Amino acid sequence: MAKTDIGPLDYKTMLPPVISRNYGKWLYHEILKPGVLMHIAESGEALYTVRAGSPRLLSTDHIRDICDIAEKYCDGYLRFTSRHNIEFLLDDKSKIDPLIAELSSRNYPVGGTGHSISNIVHTQGWVHCHTPATDASGPVKALMDEIYEHFTSSTLPAHVRIALACCLNMCGAVHCSDIAILGIHRTVPKPDNSRVPNTCEIPSTVASCPTGAIRGDMKNKTVTINDEKCMYCGNCYTVCPAMPIADPENDGISIWVGGKVSNARSAPKFSKLAIPFLPNNPPRWPEVVDAVKNIIEVYARHAKKHERVGEWIERVGWERFFTLTGIPFTDAHIDDFDMATETFRTTTQFKWG
Amino acid sequence: MTKPKTPLLDQLEDGKWPSFVTEIKQAAQKSPMAEDLLAQLELSYHDKIGHWKHGGIVGVKGYGGGVIGRYSDRPDIFPNIQAFHTMRVNHPTGWFYKTDALRKLCEIWDKHGSGLTNLHGSTGDAILLGTTTEHIQPCFDDLSAAGFDLGGSGSALRTPSACVGPGRCEWACIDSLDICYNLTMEYQDQIHRPMFPYKFKIKISACPNDCVASIARSDFSVIGTWKGKIIIDQAQIATYATTDLDIQKEVCDLCPTKCMEWDGKTLKIHDGDCNRCMHCINLLPKALRPGKEKGATILIGGKAPIVQGALLSWVIVPFMKLTPPYTELKDLIVRIQDWWDENGKSRERLGELVSRVGMRVFLKAMGLTAVPQMVKAPRSNPYVFYWPEEIEKKEVK
Repeated sequence: MAKTDIGPLDYKTMLPPVISRNYGKWLYHEILKPGVLMHIAESGEALYTVRAGSPRLLSTDHIRDICDIAEKYCDGYLRFTSRHNIEFLLDDKSKIDPLIAELSSRNYPVGGTGHSISNIVHTQGWVHCHTPATDASGPVKALMDEIYEHFTSSTLPAHVRIALACCLNMCGAVHCSDIAILGIHRTVPKPDNSRVPNTCEIPSTVASCPTGAIRGDMKNKTVTINDEKCMYCGNCYTVCPAMPIADPENDGISIWVGGKVSNARSAPKFSKLAIPFLPNNPPRWPEVVDAVKNIIEVYARHAKKHERVGEWIERVGWERFFTLTGIPFTDAHIDDFDMATETFRTTTQFKWG
Repeated sequence: MTKPKTPLLDQLEDGKWPSFVTEIKQAAQKSPMAEDLLAQLELSYHDKIGHWKHGGIVGVKGYGGGVIGRYSDRPDIFPNIQAFHTMRVNHPTGWFYKTDALRKLCEIWDKHGSGLTNLHGSTGDAILLGTTTEHIQPCFDDLSAAGFDLGGSGSALRTPSACVGPGRCEWACIDSLDICYNLTMEYQDQIHRPMFPYKFKIKISACPNDCVASIARSDFSVIGTWKGKIIIDQAQIATYATTDLDIQKEVCDLCPTKCMEWDGKTLKIHDGDCNRCMHCINLLPKALRPGKEKGATILIGGKAPIVQGALLSWVIVPFMKLTPPYTELKDLIVRIQDWWDENGKSRERLGELVSRVGMRVFLKAMGLTAVPQMVKAPRSNPYVFYWPEEIEKKEVK
């Protein structure tokens, strides 16, 4: 019988000696070049970090390759970031360039630091999820190919955090990203009356609906949906597998902008809707890639130094954001869920676009 | 065996960014499961729809979570992924690894699963992607023998996560790694045996830059901060002034509280006006450091949209000192969870519950005193509730 509740491996046994010696005693850091950090401790010792991009979905053989590199240059010490990057941790400055040369020869992008676009936080999509409205890895790969140079350089006004979630459940919690790519459904789930009675609990299915669109049909031991009230969140499907919502022709992607998590300068904020719907067009989602590139390019041209996407938009105004990006504004952009009126313009102060 | 034809996915091997398709193909050289996964994914790319069935309960002895059941909806074509379950392995705090640990993980996963992983999943766990029902328990046995344990899933405490903190960062105001590891070990039972109304997430960032998105992604957010003066090294300020960094324009003018003055020689900070946003410290790391009295702001309620809309965490304790064994912090967590467990409806997150019953009720239950730091502004509507004991009663004779 296996031991239970032993908890994770103790991180203290995973730290490189230079970190153990200087734990909690770091003085300052510099970005030596894109993808390379130098942290100096009070003791005067230096820790160097080389950051490389990864597809997040990794085979065990690839992980072994990463281990080979870490053993060759970093005595076997590495870490991963919250955005799926790999960080090689070194205490010998002379090994940085040979490490980068080897990473480059193996096609690892080195970067993701400073005013760059780091790796895209993303979810499982069609690879492994049961509720996706789009794929995750595919759109991410297609987009990162196109904005690769923003990962390996640091030339934007500020860093731009992009995240992708393949449905509203948002395993990737994309709702506070500079640019969020969100899979959405647009059609009402269809209860399978032959399966609902045996598969689903009616009261919890009814309770799962945020808009009260689901009613119990106790006579037939199933549920009915008020189509007009349904906003396609898919929450009922999570509770009741017998009411599928996926719809290949109508599922797709929405784009949200201007969120942030950090408290630097302005407070953390949600991303807001920029583009309500773009089609799923695998394998390379050209409409999505073009839309995101356009937003990045307009932002790069107009934002002031250190301004995050949301800070730039709030300075110039949302009306100007739509003019500058050429994105059409529609009634879908105007909130009609709880607290919607808080977003209505209750002043005569606005720009003409 | 003939290799599956994947003309759509093959197009995602072009381009400079590392390709997940290459990863699946690499695993497929050894694993028939990975090969069927590749073929099913190609079908999804063709059909524009996922081909995984909903749910299915699988697990290991003694736990109620940590394994996510997954079944193909086309087992007739893809028999090797008829069952293709996920195992969540609790990552070492801060995602630090020595390669021998990663190699061991790979060895176990090659023995029991598809050879495909996520480093890492959204909760922070190392995700082992795809195994059969028969292999779950033996895989867990091998993981446990090697010192690994599973993370949380379902209506449980999810695997807590933390920023790199004092492991590398000069801005760390709290030991995010130790707090995270300590809480993870303390709450093993809550992680492994779902017993709450819904999921509960704890994330710990060591400064207000919030590198693990604690404020957006956790029901219970711990964010390092400080009291007292920002420590200034004027000599280093002078050095920065000789670089192409414009202290007035890039630092002072962008300060949200305008609490800084720069006369070309000396930087003055009116610390009483500072809201500790980190902007100046981020820009001048050699010259400015967080103040000496360090601790954390505790916030609650953060979550993604499902069910009642997304929430950002809000302040409930403006400042808490955090030193081992973190008794005050743990007392608060337990009080909150007990109250939520008692009052929350099924699938109601903590933030939604507080939003439904009101902060007034929450604060009273927690024994916390209302302070202005908890709100952006006081209420503007007059619909104020009072507790019965606050109202003078006339004796009726």
